[in-house]
Amino acid sequence: MTSVLYDVPGPKAILRNRLIGVGTVLVVLALLAFIGYRFYESGQFDASRWYVFTFSAVWTQIFGALGRTLAAFGLAAILALALGFILAIGRLSDRAWIRVPVTVITEFFRAVPVLVFMMLLYYGLPVIGVKMEPYWAVVLALMVYNGSVLAEVLRAGVESLPRGQGEAGYAIGLRKSGVMRLILMPQAIRAMLPVIVAQLVVTLKDTALGFIITYPELLYFAKQLTSQQGRPVLQSAFVIGGIYIIMCLILSGIAKWLEIRTRRSPRLQGGTPVGGGDDPRLHGGGTDTELIAMQGGAGKFNLGSSSGGV
Amino acid sequence: MDVIFGNLDLWGEAVSNTLLIFFGGGVLALVLGLIVGAARVAPVPIARGVGTLYVNLIRNTPLTLVFFFFIFGYPQLGLPKLSTTVLGILAIGIYTATYVAEVIRAGINTVPVGQAEAARAIGLPFGQVMSLVILPQAFRSVVPPMMSVFIALLKNTTVAAGFSVVELGAIRSYLSERGENALVVLLWVAVIFVALVMLLSWLQRYLENKWRIAR
Repeated sequence: MTSVLYDVPGPKAILRNRLIGVGTVLVVLALLAFIGYRFYESGQFDASRWYVFTFSAVWTQIFGALGRTLAAFGLAAILALALGFILAIGRLSDRAWIRVPVTVITEFFRAVPVLVFMMLLYYGLPVIGVKMEPYWAVVLALMVYNGSVLAEVLRAGVESLPRGQGEAGYAIGLRKSGVMRLILMPQAIRAMLPVIVAQLVVTLKDTALGFIITYPELLYFAKQLTSQQGRPVLQSAFVIGGIYIIMCLILSGIAKWLEIRTRRSPRLQGGTPVGGGDDPRLHGGGTDTELIAMQGGAGKFNLGSSSGGV
Repeated sequence: MDVIFGNLDLWGEAVSNTLLIFFGGGVLALVLGLIVGAARVAPVPIARGVGTLYVNLIRNTPLTLVFFFFIFGYPQLGLPKLSTTVLGILAIGIYTATYVAEVIRAGINTVPVGQAEAARAIGLPFGQVMSLVILPQAFRSVVPPMMSVFIALLKNTTVAAGFSVVELGAIRSYLSERGENALVVLLWVAVIFVALVMLLSWLQRYLENKWRIAR
């Protein structure tokens, strides 16, 4: 799935590309300089603004908050995976009285925003006498939403398999459960593993919604820090944001690694999903650059080869 | 039903603000996403790098944190005052732009290599390769995933509720003050979202069928 949109640049194109490159750098630098200037002007770089981060007690609390974020994420991820399997199998059932209600439930859970569901659990349920800790509201809302998304992913994975896979299973005398468990699901999981991990990244990001229903996770702690000495609003956003980005990058890195491994291994090629365009998260890194670099090496215009692959 | 008809003023404001954030954020995301998506396939390595950095950075940041930056951080910089609604539109637009950019890039990558090669073979420059050959084809395969992005955008507007914007996610706290039942209010909010999402999914299917590629 690679498109090669342009030739190896000739002398003119190289010049033009360099000009555009310089223009891009200038625009980005101007933007950063403006932001930096505003930061400087409003005293965001003052030591007093960063003062709170010199205390080890603050960092202990940050790690405590990180622990609560991860606690919510971990349990929600496990429960969402479990629910995803149950709902996926339900939707693939041959019996209409199972399939239809499960389909309706999945579609409903996918359509309701996670935050509204969290509020429903945290603010709504006490009305009928069910008190719920913010932790459980976060975990259950994330479980229900991501579970139904994962169910769709798994179902798409199973349905993208060649029909012969299931038929062969029945032909050697397996029952429906055996066909599912031994033949269809393992292939669907392998094919969909990058998407599943990408959805887990979404789960991790969505734990930050707990902030709004007063679950004391990282972002909630960041909000608390803003009222500390020096009012480090942007500073705590940067520190906490950095932590989120690192955590998500690690998970995304795993997803990318799994995707590359899946693409390389011929054994896992069986269930390449068709029509995967439904999900914007499905698409991995493009390979434009590799091809261009290849062309740059093989092309005639080697005088400018460095500009091809920079 | 009294919950709705007794408080039509608040519901009207909430729904219109939600739609305002949805459309405002959508337009911003489309424009910004187009630029970033173009940068990510451009023949200029630096532009590609900038696009990739932007997408990777923002995509791995929770939307709530982006809101945090804009709503709490922006006023710190001493720039002209903006209402929380405008800041919310900026936050959600900048966040969603990364998804738009990825959808556009993926759409361009679904056009078979031969199309671009043929276009280049007859001597078209990059601009015409894109505008006459690649983009018209990419557009069709982009429509369904783009609608998925907009559905996600619609649901994400609720995050603004945590940042004192009067919209559907926040209406519970206002109606609770008027003594309404929180559970009923939130169920109505959920119903409205399900209806809106169903409307968008219907539009998605309609457009998909309308512009189906005959290859």
